[in-house]
Amino acid sequence: MATAALAEAHDEHHYTSTGLPHTKIAIWAFIGSECFFFASLIATYLIYKGRSVVGPFPHTPWVDPATGQHFKPILNIPVTSASTFVLLMSSLAMVLAHSAVVRGDRKWSKIWLASTALLGATFLGFQAYEFTSFVHEGLKITTNLFGSTFFTLTGFHGAHVTAGVLWLVTMLFIDFKRGLGPRDAINVDVMALYWHFVDVVWIAIFTLVYLIQ
Amino acid sequence: MATTVAAPRAAGPKHKYESGIWSWLATTDHKRIGQLYLYTALAWFLVGGIEAFIIRLQLYGPNGRIVSAETYNQLFTMHGTTMIFMAIMPLSAAFFNFLVPLQIGARDVAFPRLNAFSYWVFLAGSIFMNVSWLFHAAPDGGWFAYAPLNTRVYSPGLNMDFWVIGLQILGLSSLAAGFNFITTIINMRAPGMHFMRMPVFTWATFVTQFLIVLSFPFITVAVTFLLFDRFFGTNFYEIAAGADPLLWQHLFWLFGHPEVYILILPAFGLVSEVLPTFSRKPLFGYPVMVYSLILIAFLGFGVWAHHMFAVGMGPIADSIFGITTMLIAIPTGVKIFNWLGTMWGGSLRFTTPMLFAIGLVSLFTIGGISGVMHSSPPSDLQQTDSYFVVAHFHYVLFGGSMMGLFAGIYYYFPKITGRLMSETLGKWHFWLTFIGMNLTFFPMHFAGLDGMPRRIWQYDANQGWDVDNHISTIGAAILVVATLIFVINLVRSRRSGARAGNDPWGAPTIEWSIPSPPPAYNYATIPTVRSRYPMWDMKAPELTASVPHSPAGEKEVTVKVGGATAGHIETPADTQLNAENAHPSAHELGIVMPTPTIKPLLATLGLCVSFFGLIWHRHVPIIILGGVIFVAALYAWLLTPLEPEH
Amino acid sequence: MTADHSAHVTRDAHGDAHPVEHAHPDWGTYKWVALVLTIITIVEVYVYYTGLKDTRLFVPILLILSAAKFAIVVMFYMHLKYDAKIFRGLFIGPLIVAMTVLISLLFLFGHIAIHAS
Repeated sequence: MATAALAEAHDEHHYTSTGLPHTKIAIWAFIGSECFFFASLIATYLIYKGRSVVGPFPHTPWVDPATGQHFKPILNIPVTSASTFVLLMSSLAMVLAHSAVVRGDRKWSKIWLASTALLGATFLGFQAYEFTSFVHEGLKITTNLFGSTFFTLTGFHGAHVTAGVLWLVTMLFIDFKRGLGPRDAINVDVMALYWHFVDVVWIAIFTLVYLIQ
Repeated sequence: MATTVAAPRAAGPKHKYESGIWSWLATTDHKRIGQLYLYTALAWFLVGGIEAFIIRLQLYGPNGRIVSAETYNQLFTMHGTTMIFMAIMPLSAAFFNFLVPLQIGARDVAFPRLNAFSYWVFLAGSIFMNVSWLFHAAPDGGWFAYAPLNTRVYSPGLNMDFWVIGLQILGLSSLAAGFNFITTIINMRAPGMHFMRMPVFTWATFVTQFLIVLSFPFITVAVTFLLFDRFFGTNFYEIAAGADPLLWQHLFWLFGHPEVYILILPAFGLVSEVLPTFSRKPLFGYPVMVYSLILIAFLGFGVWAHHMFAVGMGPIADSIFGITTMLIAIPTGVKIFNWLGTMWGGSLRFTTPMLFAIGLVSLFTIGGISGVMHSSPPSDLQQTDSYFVVAHFHYVLFGGSMMGLFAGIYYYFPKITGRLMSETLGKWHFWLTFIGMNLTFFPMHFAGLDGMPRRIWQYDANQGWDVDNHISTIGAAILVVATLIFVINLVRSRRSGARAGNDPWGAPTIEWSIPSPPPAYNYATIPTVRSRYPMWDMKAPELTASVPHSPAGEKEVTVKVGGATAGHIETPADTQLNAENAHPSAHELGIVMPTPTIKPLLATLGLCVSFFGLIWHRHVPIIILGGVIFVAALYAWLLTPLEPEH
Repeated sequence: MTADHSAHVTRDAHGDAHPVEHAHPDWGTYKWVALVLTIITIVEVYVYYTGLKDTRLFVPILLILSAAKFAIVVMFYMHLKYDAKIFRGLFIGPLIVAMTVLISLLFLFGHIAIHAS
């Protein structure tokens, strides 16, 4: 990797002022921008917390005064704890995939890229289960402010995970087609940064939305 | 081996993307994209100007009857939206594109295809927004579109649907360009072009891009909520469901205030290029100019709620936002004084760009002073939603941004086209603009203080507003004449203006060392920069003797143009009047340039199909079809190398 | 092979500093990072199910724990600790402004208040 970067830096055509690749600077600028995107979504969730005029509610039971119907607290902490753990482990798989690509280890790069994609897909499976069961329990995106803010925030996070899984699958496809080596390390690194950032956003969401009442 | 394989293809007959309409549709050249931005934005500037003039005709006298109240609402909404998002921002983008790579000594931006994508998305968004006129459903909720008036209940028609989706598309364009230019400026500076040697316009661009990528997420989120409310029945702005209408205002102004700096900072940058050249003096206090840019941008994130004093946020919030707003006047004032310091004692040449630059310095100051008046909540309560505010922001946007952009157009037109604009027509343009602008907007201060509210369709006679409105409309008519002169000048000079040569103004920065218009590759050899004012180091060393960062000066010629060496006063390329065809092609010089491609355009078309499906009865198959086209074009684009294999 | 925790810097002919290598931590570091993250997550969920839930300490504890997780992922998995300084600027600057805006919004909407009594 070091030699590759050095060779690139001395090639006039690929000269960069900082010696760093363009894509990595762009992805960090993008991540900085995404901080604002998710901060706005989280702020909205928190601002509207407790302002819903009808239930169901995230942490407390609710009885519909009109029909007398009982609603359980919506959030399912055990399931979400499991999905949180899955996403954390996907980050571990991601860094190991990157290491393997840097080493030029084609076998383990495929294994770890596939694991990362699979763990990401599992997280999405948990989210799909969560969303359908919430709808089943009476919370839709139109039901109340909690529903609107919750589904929008976690939905946008899920969309980011989906984009990440597609990226991983594409990279895995390239790995099978021609094999990823040290010169692809930067592309995997950029993808990994995106993936970890999505993980980091979930760390904030898990605490602010699920655990704190 | 690889070279021999690639060579025949490149040397063969001209590729279809190299000439005619395809050369524009498939271009990845930052200079061509910059010109596309320039002419598109000027076209929208004319449209926005016509909207403004109809507004002024309607308000000429009491109880005007030119347009209906409904049309009037659409006119002022579209005037604001057009001028902000489709005229001033893309005019700035034209200069980002054309100038930044030239000023930092690069051959293109970091992501040329993403750059093309930004332009196409901007074009699509601006057309989408204006197509609404054909349906008699132009957006009518003000450019700020306050909730809950923008929700389905109060705006049931297509009007605000067009606005919501159009704004989302335009935001995407700005964000994509933002990441591109941040990367370009960090990473593509020529050797020796340290941050503190960058031309101030490049600095202004750099700071503006951060404002864009950090403030557009707010509007993206606010507009997404509105889109969901309008299309999917969510409750973000539904008061009955417990929503707070201030959420929209906070998110909107969290974007909206950085946005005003996005509109003005590039113009500040252009003026900071023009003033030193025509004063024959280095910019006064370069580091302070740079720091004040950064400080303005930083403070710009802490003042948004001064647009909301009237909603009653309580004494603590009012005080904090009042103080931060007053603070921001400090770095802004510093810039004004530094420009004055630049001109002080200089040998001034009053060319058209110089006149417009001085116009900015003087008129922006008036707008800045009325701006500081708004920073005090009690005073603001008297002025808010009155014509006083209209006067204020037209002084900063027209007197500031547009004056600066006109200065930039006259100054850089020779570099863009190779021809000078007419000075005679230019001076007519300037003086008519200057007089018309003040006649239009100065009386609005008085109308506002006399209680005339904004956004009214008609007013009754004998409220003391008649004379002010007469004068304003006459001023607007003068602006129309001025703008026509500008258009005539632009068209005529483009065709038959005097040849400019490399450096018609005797300017200090490196973009003036290469031919006008520059060859596709800009610099035959990437220049090495050793000072802030390399051209003056060579041509007029006495001017830069006192500038730090140029202690040794640029004695050595380091800029090569098309095999010929530039930098001497009599550069070979300078003397060739027919310079456009004279310099060798990138291929002859062995320079690898990005391959032209229409994939960014295809990706944009995919997005258009999706958004069309959304507005056209939420037609899900069409939305999905558009998404598929977009993703397919994106894959085709990303899996193709940027440059031909070599 | 152990991770080299310092970025190499070379200087070109013009005296510009060029970090040419962004050292990444290796498996030896990653396994500990993963372990710590897992433990913090377990503690978070444990805290949620104990009597701490009704005390004043509950929210601060959770915020500190998640901030720690956030920081660990960013520093090690996103290797910001080892990478070129410019990335820190690109991330931490915006992050601080975004957090400040978030907290100010909560103030403005009365979710956080300064109580006189």
